[in-house]
Amino acid sequence: MTTTVTRTRMSPGHAIKDTWVITKRNLLRNVRLPQLLLFATIQPVMFLLLFNYVFGGALGQSLPPAANGQYINWIVPGLLVQVATFGSGQTALGLTEDLSKGVIDRFRSLPMARSAVLAGRTLADAIRNGFVITLMLAVGFVIGFRWQTSLFGMLGAMLVAMMFAYALSWVMASIGLAVKNPEAAQSAVFLPVFPLVFASSVFVPTQTMPDWLRSFADVQPITVTANALRGLILGRDALLPTQSVSGQVWAAIAWAAGIFVVFAPLAVRQYRRITD
Amino acid sequence: MSVMGVNKTFGGTIEALVDVNLDFEPGIIYGLLGPNGAGKTTLIRVLTTLLKPDSGSARVAGVDVISDPVTARTRLGLAGQFAAVDDYLTGRENVEMVGRLYNLSRTDAARRADEVLERIHLTDAAERPVRTYSGGMRRRLDLAASMIGRPQVLFLDEPTTGIDPRSRVDVWDLIEDLVADGTTILLTTQYLDEADQLAARVGVIDEGRLITEGTPEELKDKLGGSVVELTVDDDTRTRTMDTLRSVNGDEPVYDAGSKRISLPAPDGSATLIQVVRALDDAGIAPGDLSLRKPTLDDVFMTLTGHVAEDTNKSPQRGRRGRQPERNPQ
Repeated sequence: MTTTVTRTRMSPGHAIKDTWVITKRNLLRNVRLPQLLLFATIQPVMFLLLFNYVFGGALGQSLPPAANGQYINWIVPGLLVQVATFGSGQTALGLTEDLSKGVIDRFRSLPMARSAVLAGRTLADAIRNGFVITLMLAVGFVIGFRWQTSLFGMLGAMLVAMMFAYALSWVMASIGLAVKNPEAAQSAVFLPVFPLVFASSVFVPTQTMPDWLRSFADVQPITVTANALRGLILGRDALLPTQSVSGQVWAAIAWAAGIFVVFAPLAVRQYRRITD
Repeated sequence: MSVMGVNKTFGGTIEALVDVNLDFEPGIIYGLLGPNGAGKTTLIRVLTTLLKPDSGSARVAGVDVISDPVTARTRLGLAGQFAAVDDYLTGRENVEMVGRLYNLSRTDAARRADEVLERIHLTDAAERPVRTYSGGMRRRLDLAASMIGRPQVLFLDEPTTGIDPRSRVDVWDLIEDLVADGTTILLTTQYLDEADQLAARVGVIDEGRLITEGTPEELKDKLGGSVVELTVDDDTRTRTMDTLRSVNGDEPVYDAGSKRISLPAPDGSATLIQVVRALDDAGIAPGDLSLRKPTLDDVFMTLTGHVAEDTNKSPQRGRRGRQPERNPQ
């Protein structure tokens, strides 16, 4: 191509306005179709109830002392990470749905900021995730979950979980833009996510896993984030002797930041180049 | 609007557009006619900045869509093949959102939404969620969204595909209304009667190539003159054929399906009068007699050697340069 491209830049205010318009559109869907939010919430709550009442009794004895012998105290921080991970998958599903309906074509033909569709999608999903996390915590509280540190630690943990979810949303955006089709996105998202969530400290401590699995489970971002949350919610004793709360929190933040820095530009690039 | 030598190839081998050139004046409806997979949608995607061509240049409303897509987007509107409206938003919310994305202020977007909803006769349904709309209403709403930013050029990709005949006429009225206000419209269609009815100029596209172009009249003239068509009782058919043969030496054709006899009429109504005289002299009273101009169907058939709307019978042509499957790569 020999043409010189005179790319007219959008002002930041313009991009913020466009992002907000798209965010509002995506959030309205949850308000207008409350069953969407209901089903999104039922799944983690079901996980919470099943894991707590089915495995809780057997597992309660083998937990670190910080869990206070209560599996519910161990599982809630873990499920926060699971909810964040699964919730971010919605970004891929929403995007592919918009792609298949021609909505993305319309947006791309409008004089709007190129980043706004993805920024608005991930922001709306983050807000939605925050809602689901809060609801799950409320249910957890009703069935006996108590933080062992302080409210400050609890809020910090929610913030770390949402940061992680937001970073993963960009990975999911990238996956969605690559597979393009909503049905394919369903498998493309949940196939890698399931083993990642189970091969982690989300449900049980990693100590009992075989060495080869444990060496992976201990370092992957879902475990690191779950550790950070447990440190913030349950205190230092929830972690291995070699770990510190601040160390795990910083590691979790570094993972989220790293994932975002790699995948956000990648997804925006993919979005610019959608050609069918 | 001008398009110069645009080429687009998918996956290195599928030629979606081959050296397409278009040039037409503002303020008209240009009809791009062709079967499924001919390259119509690909051309629209190039002109609406969604797709960069491999080579060539294109200007829409005076702006180069390849080197300055951002400015081009402020001057164009697109209504794609599928109504790109949100089911769970109301009709008004849908068009207002697009208005905001065209950089109208909140109040301007609301005022323009009122205007366009009025125009597409959806004011009464404006506060209802779109999932309660019929297919025709959704299509009209999609058109409303594409025109809320007062685009100078509007691209409509098969605006009446898949909607009922009643809504089709509504959409036609709306399109004619828009062009009367000075909007330039490029529409694609697989329906020959649609191009004939609406377009001031028609381009026929097949296998990525623009094979001919002109006013509907010019295209029909390319086929030569008109045809006299008539029906007679079965027992007088042979005698009628003999009589017609003597009129101007052309061979009459009997079509068993429609039971019609047709005779080329190079001199138009003069031939018709000759036919009437000859039949009268022979004492034959035809059941139905008319002078028919060739339709765009005839034009398409002559130019491409296949029927335009015959998409089911040639599935191997289905994919080219078109996106419902969304991944030709």
